Parts: sequence; C-alpha cells; structure tokens
Amino acid sequence: MSPSTPVLEAIDETLAVKRPAFEVIYDWVTTVDHKKIGIMYIVYALIFMLVGGLEAILMRIQLAVPNNHFVSPQVFNQLFTMHGTTMVFFFGMPILFGFGNYLVPLMIGARDMAFPRLNAFSFWVSAFAGLLLYFSYIGGSGLYAAGSAPDVGWFAYAPLTAKVFSPGHSTDYWTLAVLLSGIGSIGTALNIVTTIVCMRCKGMKMTRMPLLPWIYLVMSSMVFIAVSPLTAAQIMLLLDRYIGSHFFDTQAGGSAVLWMHYFWIFGHPEVYILVLPAFAFMNEIIPVFSRKAIFGYPAMVAATVAIGFISLGVWAHHMFAVGLGPVGNTLFVFSTMVISVPTGIKIFNWLATIWGGKVIFALPMMFSIGFLFQFLIAGLTGIMLSAAPFDWQLTGSYFVVAHFHYVLVGAILFATFAAFYYWYPKATGRMLNTTLGKWHFWLFLIGFHLTFDFMHIPGLLGMPRRIYTYEASRGWGTWNLIVGIGAIFQAVAVCIFAYNLIRSYFRGEPAGHDPWDAWTLEWATPSPPPTYNFAHDPTVNSRRPLWDLKHPEDPDSDYE
Amino acid sequence: MLVLSVTAVIFLIVAGLLLYALLRYRIRPNDSGREPPQIYGSNQIELAWTVIPILIVVMLFLTTTRVILGTEHIPKPSGALDVTVIGHQFWWEYRYPKYGVVTANELHVPISDPANPTPTYLEMSSADTDHSFWVPRLAGKMDVIPNRINTMWIDPEQPGLYLGQCAQYCGVQHAKMLLRVYAESPADFAKWIEQQKKPANQDFTGNPAAAEGQTVFMHNACINCHTVRGTVATGRFGPDLTHLASRDTIASGAVPNTPENLRKWIDNPNSMKPGALMPPMHLNQHDLDLITAYLITLH
Repeated sequence: MSPSTPVLEAIDETLAVKRPAFEVIYDWVTTVDHKKIGIMYIVYALIFMLVGGLEAILMRIQLAVPNNHFVSPQVFNQLFTMHGTTMVFFFGMPILFGFGNYLVPLMIGARDMAFPRLNAFSFWVSAFAGLLLYFSYIGGSGLYAAGSAPDVGWFAYAPLTAKVFSPGHSTDYWTLAVLLSGIGSIGTALNIVTTIVCMRCKGMKMTRMPLLPWIYLVMSSMVFIAVSPLTAAQIMLLLDRYIGSHFFDTQAGGSAVLWMHYFWIFGHPEVYILVLPAFAFMNEIIPVFSRKAIFGYPAMVAATVAIGFISLGVWAHHMFAVGLGPVGNTLFVFSTMVISVPTGIKIFNWLATIWGGKVIFALPMMFSIGFLFQFLIAGLTGIMLSAAPFDWQLTGSYFVVAHFHYVLVGAILFATFAAFYYWYPKATGRMLNTTLGKWHFWLFLIGFHLTFDFMHIPGLLGMPRRIYTYEASRGWGTWNLIVGIGAIFQAVAVCIFAYNLIRSYFRGEPAGHDPWDAWTLEWATPSPPPTYNFAHDPTVNSRRPLWDLKHPEDPDSDYE
Repeated sequence: MLVLSVTAVIFLIVAGLLLYALLRYRIRPNDSGREPPQIYGSNQIELAWTVIPILIVVMLFLTTTRVILGTEHIPKPSGALDVTVIGHQFWWEYRYPKYGVVTANELHVPISDPANPTPTYLEMSSADTDHSFWVPRLAGKMDVIPNRINTMWIDPEQPGLYLGQCAQYCGVQHAKMLLRVYAESPADFAKWIEQQKKPANQDFTGNPAAAEGQTVFMHNACINCHTVRGTVATGRFGPDLTHLASRDTIASGAVPNTPENLRKWIDNPNSMKPGALMPPMHLNQHDLDLITAYLITLH
C-alpha cells in the first residue's frame, strides 16, 4: 500500500482564520458551492429524520399494548401521515440528493455542478416545503383552531382528500409541501444529469466513470419521469379542492383509481430512486474495504439502467387488490418479478467483489454487510409479495409495512450510515469516533431486527396497517410490544450517531486526504476539499485513477 | 407455498455464500500488506447468474398466473348466494337482494359443501371513501372503491365466526371498522334469513317503556339516518336497525351489543369510537332509557 498520493494537491484551507458568526451564516445562506449545498441538504435531512423518528416512536408506544389510550385516533392518523411524508420527501430524497450534490462533481473531477444557482434554488425550495408541511400544525385548521396536521396517509388516496372528507387546510399543506418538494427534486435531478453528461474531467469517458455518478445519472433521469406525474396530480387535487373540478371527486363522477395510478407511477419508481443511491454507496465502499476492483462493472451499469426502465412499469403491484382484472394483474406480476433479475445481478457482483479479497471490517464495511443481508431478505419478501394471490392476502397489512421498512431502513438507511462513516472524513477532515460508531452499529442492528423481523408476524396474523389500536383478543399484542422495544434501541443508536457527528466535528482524529486508501478522485484532494475542488483539472486513464497512481506497475488502464 | 420455498432456498444459498466469503476472505492480522489479485469480471459467471434467475422468475410467473386465472375466471355455481357490500365511514352495509334483507357489519353466509358448492358472491362498492374488505381466513382482500363495482367470492367450508376488518385507510375510525362473517349450516342460515326478512317488531305487550321508546325514536332525528322496516324510519346514512337486537355487536364490531353499551352509544358515540359520524343526540336520561328499551326489542 502507498498511503500518500501527493498528486492533485491544493492549498489546505482548514487553517483559515476564524470569522464572525454572522459572516459564516451569510456565507452558508448565499452559497452556490455544491459541497456546502450538499452538506446543508444532509443536515436538513438529518433534522427531519429525527422528527420522523420521533413520530415513529410515538406510534410504537401507542401500539405497544392493545387498547392503548396514549394518543387519540386523530393524532395517530396525523402521526403516520407525517412520518411517511417526512421520511420519503424530507429525509430520503434530500439526504440522497445531498450526497449526490457533494460527491458527483468530486468524483467526476468537476469544479462545481453545471447550474450552481439552480442548485441553491432547489435546496431552498425543498427546505421551504419541509417547513410548510410542519407549519400545518399551526395553520392547518385555518382560522378555526390550531393544531391540525394532515391525516390522509402518505399516499393520500382520493376521495379522502376531497373537501367533504378533509375540511380545513391540513390537506392543502400536504399537497403544497409535496408539490414544492417535487419542484426542488426535479431541479436537482436536472442539475445532476447535466453535470454528469457535460462536466466530466479529461479522460473520463462514460465507460470510465465511477459507478456512483452512473447511478445518480439513472436515478436523476427517473426523477423526471416519476415526480412529474405526482406534481401534476397535486395540481389536479388543488383544482378539485378549490375550483370545483372533478378529477378525483367520486361524488361527481371522478375516479379514485386515477389518483392511485398517478400516485404509484410516482411511488414505485420512487422506491428505486431511493434505493439506487444506496447501491451507489455500496459500489464505492465494498470494493475499497475488500481491496478489489468492483466485479463486473459493465454488468453493474447495465443492471442499473435496466432497473431504471423496468421500475417505470411496476407501479400497479400496489394495486393488486383494486380489481384491475386478471390481465392487468398478471402483467404487473411479471414486471415486478423481472426487476428482481438485475437486482440479483448486483447482489451477486458484490459477493464476487468480496470473494478473493481482503475484507477490512471498518465501520463503513460493517454497515455495508448489514445492508447486504437485509437487502437480500427485503428482496425475497418482495418476490413473495409480487405474486398477486399472496399479495391479496398481505397487501395493506403489517407484512407489507415490515417489507418496505426492510428496504428503506435495512437497506437504504444502513447504506446511508455506511456512507456517513465513509465520506464524513472527506467532508470535515476528521474521522468519526470508532467506539461510538460500533455502539451505533450494534444497537441499531439489534433494534432493527427486533422491530422489523417481528413486524412481519402480526401482518401474517391479519393485522392491517394504519390502525390506532386493536383488541387484545386478536393476539397481536406481544409482537407489537417487541416491535416497540426494538424502536427504542434504534432511537438510542440514532442519538449516539448524532452525538458522534457533532463531537467528531470538533474533536475527531484528523483524517488526512485519503484515510481509506481508496481509488476515486474525491480522495485526491484535501479534506475538506477547497471551494474549487481540484487545484489542477485531473486527467484519468481508468475507472480507478488513484489505483493507477498507487500502482504504476499494474495500472487498471491495462485491463479496460 | 412454492414461492415461499423458492425464496427460502435462494436466501439460504446466497446468505451462505456471503457469510462464507466474508469469513474466508477477512483480512488476517499477519497480512502481507499487498493488495489481493484484481479481478474485473467474468462473462461466463455473470451470464450464469443472469440466466438462472430469469428461469426462476419465469417459473414463478407461470405458477402465479395459473392461480390468478383460477381465482378470477371461474364459472359461478347455480347455488351461489349474492350479497351487495357497501362500505361506509366506518361501518359495513350488507344487502341480500334476493331476500330483501339489509343488515350491517355482521355478514351471515351458508357454509359450502364441495359436492354442491354454495359460495357467496360479493358485489362491492363504497358510499364515501376507499375501504377494503378483508377476512384473512376466508379470502384475500378486495378494495371497496366509490364509483366502482368490485366482485369477489368466499367459500367457507367450516362453520364458525370469521373476523376481519377494513384494510384500506378510510378516515379517523379506520381502526374500528371491524367486520364479522358468520358461516352457518344451510339450515341455520335459512332460519336466520327468515327472521331477517320479517319487518321490525311492533309487539310491545307488557313492555310500555319500549312502546314509548318507539315514539321517542320516531319523533327524533334518528329516522333521518336509520331504517326500521315497517315504520316511518327510512334513513340510509346509518346502519339498518330493523333487527338490531339480533346482532352480537354494535359500532361495527367495536363493542358487544348489551343494553348498557347501546345506551352509552346513543348518548355519545364519540365516547366509544371517537370520530364516528353519528352525532351525540343530546337526549335526556329518561329518553335514553326509553330508546334503549325499544331498540333491544328489535330481534
């Protein structure tokens, strides 16, 4: 190993003089630097993760024992609506866009995003959308009374959102927040696509681009196609509510099923929009900690593109119980099962990357290993659900809730934690504390499995989702209690993680520019990188430019 | 079951390989510090793990399709019973068109004998928001959607009580939109349907409280929402009360049908089921007693 790669160095700006607080804040608010915007996205997402997590904890307390009176039914319905909306639109999307914003220009050797001002605009629109959603707690009932968050569920099925069934303004806050967040997402996606297509450094052909930008390219293209129908549907809903159109107004001949189609043609690609960046993190982390090149790069790219396309044609598997008829149902069973093939290829390629390597069990790798096992299980329960007859029984039950939390938490959140431990040193110049990190990992792992393994069982026993209480005689109590205990473990782990993020920023070990002995361009510049990223525009000859520099006797460019 | 075993086998193989690779190739304390051999891919192996999953998927798809067609394309036997199911915010209405019977929340069906099947065909729609009819031990769920008619059938062979509930979020009291299916022998079912076909009880001999209660009921807003067949009460927003006393539960399965619960419910439905759409009637204690006395005679 050659720990020092003194190339492409720039002036270390971390030693700059201390500036007054106002100047620093002004600097952050007005910045168009992709790294600062990326960090703001991530911090903002983390705050919403804590809020959404708190909502989850409150729900688990309510459900821990049968016939509980911890919160009222109205409050419970608001909690699950806000939890879902927050976690998808104000934690999942922004945190992944945050990492994308931060990493994509660095990894392709660019100095910034293609449209820095659009980037800042998208961030602030998304941030405003999150605040708007939570402002509903104050303004949701208009002048009538305070405190009415939306309670229509995160997929807000029509006609429950119609004025008759949802009076007041809480549903409007939901609609507008989702609408604005969609505009922000489309802006950032546009930016990422343009940056990747136009701003790669010298020598970086598409076939030499690291897998992370590749995946962000596919993911951002999907955002265009998936988020647009959602945005359109929100506008139609507003028209229904305010100027008396009848798109979804079933009392006047509108269609409830139309909303479901609009929502899920967004909703299912959205799952892949969220999970693809998780794959991207794995593609960077697993090779570095196995000390091997990624296995089957072309297949990984092809699988990503395939997932992107197929995911646009699977949405109606959320609607097997709507009564689409046998032809529609079989079609969507097929597309849903087919998407498991490219996903399987990815898992096999990660396995092959580990095979024959030298696996280092550092924190990013530990979270990645958690990801691999949990994603495998999530994928397999997904195949089970894709069989429509099985789904008729289990859709809308806790089995489905457990399945998609396995994807969102077991896979995406674990991958995101891995990404934090991996790139935090780059963004701050300091390592995260390993002891605290191990506490975080083990507590979170135990909590995750207590919660989401056991959540499958009440689903199989017939417990539907979104109920605020249940009778003791149904036999769901014990399982829900275990689920609730797991949630406490996860909450403690997340607090440790948050503490670690803050503490290490001030007191962490200095990281140096390449603490993991990695191979992609972001490690060739100081930590944190200067505003201009690279002092000299880099030139690359292969997919792993730093490998070539560290091993001039055996460069990758000989094999590609 | 096939799906379950296939996924279990895949899980064991892949998880096993993964675990093996992680342990076998972990870095040793006495590591030489040299990088392992770099392998960039292998077309044969990658082709294998593309083609094998495709074959598995095709197999799973074909078996699934067979089940779907078997469930959705099946000729309706002549002995089938038709029931119309209407979902309401937060209760179920059942109509037996052939018998002119209307009831709520508790569905009675005959058990079916495989030699001479008498399945129940449900024709479903909603009066307000989306609901979903789910009795786990009888069938999968089917959404109940306004402006749309969905159908499904159930075919219980064992007599008994099957519990279920609404499985599509429909508003505040989604959690207490429970439903009960009573599968009965053909004789018991015939007896039940005969009883339900009769108009409401009008015989209050020896029970002046009930007679007075009927008067109070008929002179209050109750009749705007509830039907009691054979009287002026013909409302359709709330459950049909013609044979209320023959049901085991009230409030859509939320509480047992006892005179105390009934009285508490009429006084203030929100105390038992916050968010229920029946308004508190603001009756005085005396009228409450009378109406309860009347309702418990509606066998």
